[in-house]
Amino acid sequence: MAGERVAVVGVGQTVHRTARKDVSMAGLVREAAQEALDDAGMTWSDIDAVVIGKAPDMFEGVAMPELYLADALGAVGKPMMRVHTAGSVGGSTSIVAAKLISAGLHQRVLTVAYEKQSESNATWGLSVPMPFAAPLVAGAGGYFAPLIRAYMYRSGAPRHIGHLVAVKDRRAALRNPKAHLHIPDIDLKMVEESFLLWDPLRYLDVCPSSDGAMAMVLGSEKVADAAPGPVAWIHGMAMRSEPTMFARRDQVNPQAGKDCAKDVYAQAGVTDPRNDFDCAEVYVPFSWYEPMWLENLGFCAEGDGWKLTEAGATGPDGDIPWNMSGGVLSSNPIGASGMVRFGEVAQQVRERAGDYQVELKTGRALGQAYGGGSQFFSMWVVGNKKP
Amino acid sequence: MRDVAVVSYACSNVARDASHNETEMIVPVLHEAVETSGLAHDEIGFVCSGSLDYLQGGPFAFVAGLDAVGAWPPVRESHVEMDAAWALYEAWVAIQTGEVDSALVYGFGKSSPGDLHEIMTLQLDPYYLLPLWPSMVDVAALQACAFLEANGATERNLAEVSARSQRNARGNPNALRKGDVSAEEILQQPVTHHPLRDADIFPITDGSAAVVLAAGDLARKVSSRPAWIRGIEHRMEAHGLGVRDLTRSESTRAAGAAAGAASGNVDVAELHAQFSHEELILAEALGLDGATTDINPSGGALAANAVMSAGLVRIGEVARRITDGEADRGVAHATSGPALQQNLVCVLEGE
Repeated sequence: MAGERVAVVGVGQTVHRTARKDVSMAGLVREAAQEALDDAGMTWSDIDAVVIGKAPDMFEGVAMPELYLADALGAVGKPMMRVHTAGSVGGSTSIVAAKLISAGLHQRVLTVAYEKQSESNATWGLSVPMPFAAPLVAGAGGYFAPLIRAYMYRSGAPRHIGHLVAVKDRRAALRNPKAHLHIPDIDLKMVEESFLLWDPLRYLDVCPSSDGAMAMVLGSEKVADAAPGPVAWIHGMAMRSEPTMFARRDQVNPQAGKDCAKDVYAQAGVTDPRNDFDCAEVYVPFSWYEPMWLENLGFCAEGDGWKLTEAGATGPDGDIPWNMSGGVLSSNPIGASGMVRFGEVAQQVRERAGDYQVELKTGRALGQAYGGGSQFFSMWVVGNKKP
Repeated sequence: MRDVAVVSYACSNVARDASHNETEMIVPVLHEAVETSGLAHDEIGFVCSGSLDYLQGGPFAFVAGLDAVGAWPPVRESHVEMDAAWALYEAWVAIQTGEVDSALVYGFGKSSPGDLHEIMTLQLDPYYLLPLWPSMVDVAALQACAFLEANGATERNLAEVSARSQRNARGNPNALRKGDVSAEEILQQPVTHHPLRDADIFPITDGSAAVVLAAGDLARKVSSRPAWIRGIEHRMEAHGLGVRDLTRSESTRAAGAAAGAASGNVDVAELHAQFSHEELILAEALGLDGATTDINPSGGALAANAVMSAGLVRIGEVARRITDGEADRGVAHATSGPALQQNLVCVLEGE
């Protein structure tokens, strides 16, 4: 990784719910940020700069909300930035914040991502008809379902694979008290019998709409060496984007995702992701995206992702657990979901993941987020040892 | 710190572009910035943009920008929902890490399709301020009143700022409001938002701007006189209008001091003043004197203010004057939020 060493020295996360009516937007972000500061053993005045991210402003109806949230996040008198890269934004925000340290500009940076989706209807907020453009009026599920069908056609994956992921991630969420969805009796039959939304996606194959926030305190090597608790060192971080409309794009297995993974693995010295990582938190908002991203991220050969899922390799007792926290399928405050992935893998390598802690062997883990029409990617690799 | 310079700049502003969508509007500006940078498109290491969904009226305005970039093969790319001056800051940081040596930065927005003054009201605290529904001009007028009262300045001082802006803008093809106007003539116009007249308020502008940054030897290779970024800093203030001193800009002063604005002669300054009184507040915060510094020679934001690119334009305008040899050292400023809540200062210098 380019520049100075950076580590995650504190992590904070709200409880995710359909509607957090007990807090304002400012209260929501502050809840996560305060927990991250407490975890880092810091106070607000220790922070040099604040980087906030979220998905479209129309989800809450506040334009450029960093302005209104500056006070709640202790940013007055400090540099503050607001990142927006669609669904990958939680990851991108983490990376922009980390670069302020790797560039040698700051010692301690607070980064926060949130969404308070109960303020609007996110599915239809994503599909506003635009002048000069064909209206999709499809929501995210309507956009991604045809890509999933293309994946099934290409790979020959049987129809129940998605449902296996839906069950696995919801069962994982039962160990995570902060997860939005807790469905104690979830099983394959329940998913199969839930109603069809966008073929092949049934209701329980789809992420919820959540209110929630995630925060991290990032520190320089000096700060991390003096941290009161374990830290997660960043071993690599990368972002890649490709256009929406382009005839040569493969939207099922996007080049931007492959390039991003290649870049971040090269920085971290990862050659065999399935063995080099202890676990991964990957942006899976629709169940079928687990096998699709297994292939895109190089955890297996193209066409084999569904076989790993079917064999249980990505389960909590598998050889490469994915989304131990319950993943996006169990909590999806869109703008925060990427940072939840990045923060959850930091917690794993810090051995702070509570009831869903994996056993550390290599001490390294991958966080991934994606957004737009499968065109924006952000990833980082964290480890329990200095890179 | 790595030496980083602006090596090219392009801009396009019109009062109302009803015949192009955002992608079509951006393409010529991006092409001009890249072609005049001396760098090949695929040599550019990083891309970063600034835009606002609420101007486009739909989510993901920046995706339209990405379609204009020609992002294939896939690019290292990011976006801020802020004026593109902050996109330039993010790109400068990326170059500082050593990850890349160059970057394309752009910002864009069409203000004409909606009611911009009320759209910007949506920036306000949604629980306590927004329900009062003040437009951005109402908020600015409150600040102007407070400023005049505290400093003993008069409406004539505001008119003089506007008249100079319009005169300076005559040489700027991207300026919308320009002409040989005197302060007396402006004072005869009606006051629309006490104490502001139309001439004290920026014109509604559709437009975009782009800048290419390059580090060290790469900048020297492609530019005969790179405009080096000697300091770039930004600071946030409290959001509530009642909890800060509206008559001065503490965040501009702090950013300017950190960026080293006053540590040399300032030949030229481009200040992102969207209202006449803001230029006076900003000049005071940066310690600028109109007798020794050419303030807003482009006409500034009073001449054209494409929201989301206008701050980047300030940096581009200063850089262009340095590259052209008209100035040796200059200060550029960008603002965000109601009544100058957040401010960025960039100090540029020729070799």
